[in-house]
Amino acid sequence: MKMRPYLAVLRVRFELLLQYRAAALAGFGTQCWWGAIKVMVLAAFFRGATAVPMTFQQTLDYIWLGQAFLMLQPWSADVDVVRVVRSGDVALERLRPVDTYAFWYARAVARRTATPLLRAIPMLVTAAVILPLVGLSTWALSAPKGGVAAVLFVVSLALAVALSSAISTLMDVVTTAALSERGVNAVVGGLAIVLSGGVVPLPLFPDWAQPLLKYQPFAGLADIPFRIYSGHLAGTATLFGLASQSVWIIVLVAVGRALMSHTMSRVQVQGG
Amino acid sequence: MSAFRLYLRYIGISLRGQMQYPAAFLITSAGAFFSTVIEFFALWMLFVRFDDVDGWRFEEVALFYGVIGVSFALADAVTRGFDLFGPQFVKTGDFDRLLVRPRSTILQLLGYELRANRVGRLAQGMLAWAIGMHMSTIAWSWREWAVLLFAVVGGMALFAGILVLQATLAFWTVESLEIANTLTYGGVEAAQYPLDIYAAWFRRFLTFVVPMACIAYFPVAWALGRAERTGVPDWLLPLAPMMGIVFFLASLWVWRFGVRHYTSTGS
Repeated sequence: MKMRPYLAVLRVRFELLLQYRAAALAGFGTQCWWGAIKVMVLAAFFRGATAVPMTFQQTLDYIWLGQAFLMLQPWSADVDVVRVVRSGDVALERLRPVDTYAFWYARAVARRTATPLLRAIPMLVTAAVILPLVGLSTWALSAPKGGVAAVLFVVSLALAVALSSAISTLMDVVTTAALSERGVNAVVGGLAIVLSGGVVPLPLFPDWAQPLLKYQPFAGLADIPFRIYSGHLAGTATLFGLASQSVWIIVLVAVGRALMSHTMSRVQVQGG
Repeated sequence: MSAFRLYLRYIGISLRGQMQYPAAFLITSAGAFFSTVIEFFALWMLFVRFDDVDGWRFEEVALFYGVIGVSFALADAVTRGFDLFGPQFVKTGDFDRLLVRPRSTILQLLGYELRANRVGRLAQGMLAWAIGMHMSTIAWSWREWAVLLFAVVGGMALFAGILVLQATLAFWTVESLEIANTLTYGGVEAAQYPLDIYAAWFRRFLTFVVPMACIAYFPVAWALGRAERTGVPDWLLPLAPMMGIVFFLASLWVWRFGVRHYTSTGS
């Protein structure tokens, strides 16, 4: 398989997405605001609490990283896929001399790296550098727990991008089958935000829920990399986390491919 | 025709239009219900872990959550015209057409659309509200109900006021500014909890700048019999939602100022 067309679409879309600087600035403001609310709410829960399975600093790291890498989440199907499905141009997608799944996957990778990159850098700088400078160091993002944790965090974050792209592409395929993005966006978007730890950090869920949360795919989108960063996952637990991310990427890519060939074999082009 | 009858006519047409796509209505409503209920579920899980937040129990927080959720869902359903004002009316020049009609621009924009699928979020708010009331040991009388319903009216007015201000800004910026989302969605997020858990500066902002405290925190704390937590006299708390209405009236005054300064884009 030649890589060039996929790399080309990745590069073009990446550059396109980097154009939205005003949107990124507005988004940055929203993320700070949201992060501040979450931090204050969880601080209130921690006040006077005993035997919490996560320190407050680890929770802070989890929240700030969550705000920084918010756009990495599989929020919605690709708007361009939605458009081609509705207009009937999906037939043109099939005419391209490339593998449609890989092509859409490459576009998803661009979407899940360019926008998060624009958003993450100012958020990380604010949470890790500016907060301590203005005397709010008790609320700041701390440094990663050691060099090994830092390296493994980067690996895990890369796997999170691959996993998020696999879920996004699966959402694109379901959109193609259902002719509408609405249902899949609401269901997968809602599940992903909660089950990745976006509302409540997963370790703070009740103990009986922990085994269930550990084996589901959405943990790999945020929970696993963030806990590696703060040292909440260490040793074999880190390796298990990385393995879980990798297995889910393989499974979801396989499911996405199978569902795509099934859908495309009976796609009916709407309009002309 | 009276303004109210005309408004009913407007939303009747809007609803009939949306019901032409029943599947889309059902999917988006059910989707909104599902994705918001799962967030409420996560909040419950947090209380399983921590028991209480600064002395507030789950059923009490559920009532704050429900009241603010219901207010926002209702306001969000009726203010679509203001939400889309920049791109739909200023950028296109369509606002000119509203101005030549012999009816108020506010009425016409309110009549732009009644979003039926907001029923999904409304249902989530009502569910949280019901759980909060059901689990509580308070004997609910008509007085508490009256104050909570007044809180919803005040909340709708406050959120509508924020949307009117967002639309007013579009007279100068043309594009809609997403910054209002930090006040609407962000306000909901913050006011889902009793505000005394926050830092003082944040609580003051949500009391005196955007009076989010007046439409959920004060009346609900009063209904729960926890007035002492607010630091405000007991008799004043049930009247607090009035501030939402005052905010709305003030936003209408700013809107009229904006309309006077409107220059058509000419497109």
